[in-house]
Amino acid sequence: MNSIDATIAEKGLMSSEMGSERTLYPYVTGTSVIGIKYKDGILMAADMGGSYGSTLRYKSVERLKPIGKHSLIGASGEISDFQEILRYLDELILYDNMWDDGNSLGPKEVHNYLTRVMYNRRNKFNPLWNSLVLGGVKNGQKYLGTVSMIGVHFEDNHIATGFGNHLARPILRKEWHENLSFEDGVKLLEKCMRVLLYRDRSAVNKLQVWCLFPFVTSAFYPLFS
Amino acid sequence: MDLNLDAPHSMGTTIIGVTYDGGVVLGADSRTSTGMYVANRASDKITQLTDNVYLCRSGSAADSQIVSDYVRYFLQQHTIQLGQPATVKVAANLIRLLSYNNKNMLQTGLIVGGWDKYEGGKIYGVPLGGTILEQPFAIGGSGSSYLYGFFDQAWREGMSKDEAEKLVVKAVSLAIARDGASGGVVRTVIINSEGVTRNFYPGDTLPLWHEELEPQNSLLDTLSLNSPEPMST
Repeated sequence: MNSIDATIAEKGLMSSEMGSERTLYPYVTGTSVIGIKYKDGILMAADMGGSYGSTLRYKSVERLKPIGKHSLIGASGEISDFQEILRYLDELILYDNMWDDGNSLGPKEVHNYLTRVMYNRRNKFNPLWNSLVLGGVKNGQKYLGTVSMIGVHFEDNHIATGFGNHLARPILRKEWHENLSFEDGVKLLEKCMRVLLYRDRSAVNKLQVWCLFPFVTSAFYPLFS
Repeated sequence: MDLNLDAPHSMGTTIIGVTYDGGVVLGADSRTSTGMYVANRASDKITQLTDNVYLCRSGSAADSQIVSDYVRYFLQQHTIQLGQPATVKVAANLIRLLSYNNKNMLQTGLIVGGWDKYEGGKIYGVPLGGTILEQPFAIGGSGSSYLYGFFDQAWREGMSKDEAEKLVVKAVSLAIARDGASGGVVRTVIINSEGVTRNFYPGDTLPLWHEELEPQNSLLDTLSLNSPEPMST
């Protein structure tokens, strides 16, 4: 059933036919994800839309998910690939827990794992068609990073994917500052999501907003508006 | 990025799966087309996976048939090993596994629906690409384009079995009215704790929509009984 062909190196590295996996195109897609660091932790927002071409087909897709005890992942792009990434991460966290050594994978480690996965798939001309945002807090240290479908990865104080790169980033550059309160952070996210709703054709008006605190390891606040 | 983000290929069919208070109702049209020709006007697009889980198939007939055959085979083994009926979730995830891992080669959108003792009636949509989404109702196939607005307005939570079946029949018949790739008869399958019921609705039992005429046995019934007058020059 699995069609990943091991004999890829036969007809030259640039050949992406003859039974091996090839570059796909996305079917069911999610649009922008925005993430910011605020005074006490991380805030992330994404809408709950799953578009099918130009149709706004699904309106209850969760694109933000908690990972382990310390992290939160948000994805834009192909939803089936995101669901597969969640399975990989599930296995990763499971094996980490099985060590039972009191240590747990933090956001930096998860981000690195995702980078390797995305980059290696890109090298095989079979990308996971997603842009991921990985945020988390461990031992009081806040972390916010991103990985694209080609393996480009970096960390920053504020991250946006998709349309958010063009519409939200200028707002975040101007209005983000180091000691944002929770309320100001949510207001800032809301401002960005509003602009995206105005100007992004594939945005829907139903959001998921998650928040991570450093000291309470499992306090997630999903807000639906 | 030069992605092909055009709307996906239209798939000749209308398929629907709806949950109600106590089970699910699956519905589909019966047209299989090769290009413009109707290859089968009475096909059965609702196939059985297990005693309690059925599958609505759309898109490539070959692809959807082979996927359902493999999943039926896996579920039969799974049921033996488990010692009890498979859950709808397991069936849906097997469908997803095949759809996702062969996404380059398959072109089929599927709706899995059934009843199990743990979760009751459940509907899972598995569109092109292999995404899996649990939904209170799901629509698929080329005819579904005409039903998004209809379901936004007509769907509600907690319907009875008869209300749900009526909704499904109405919806499929609306899609058949407007989608060239959907037609024939409306088939429904109702699955609940008591078992499975198959129903069949030929064209003359369906409501008439805009610009549609009453069915007749023969044109002769409508023509006047006198011989026609010659045309005036």
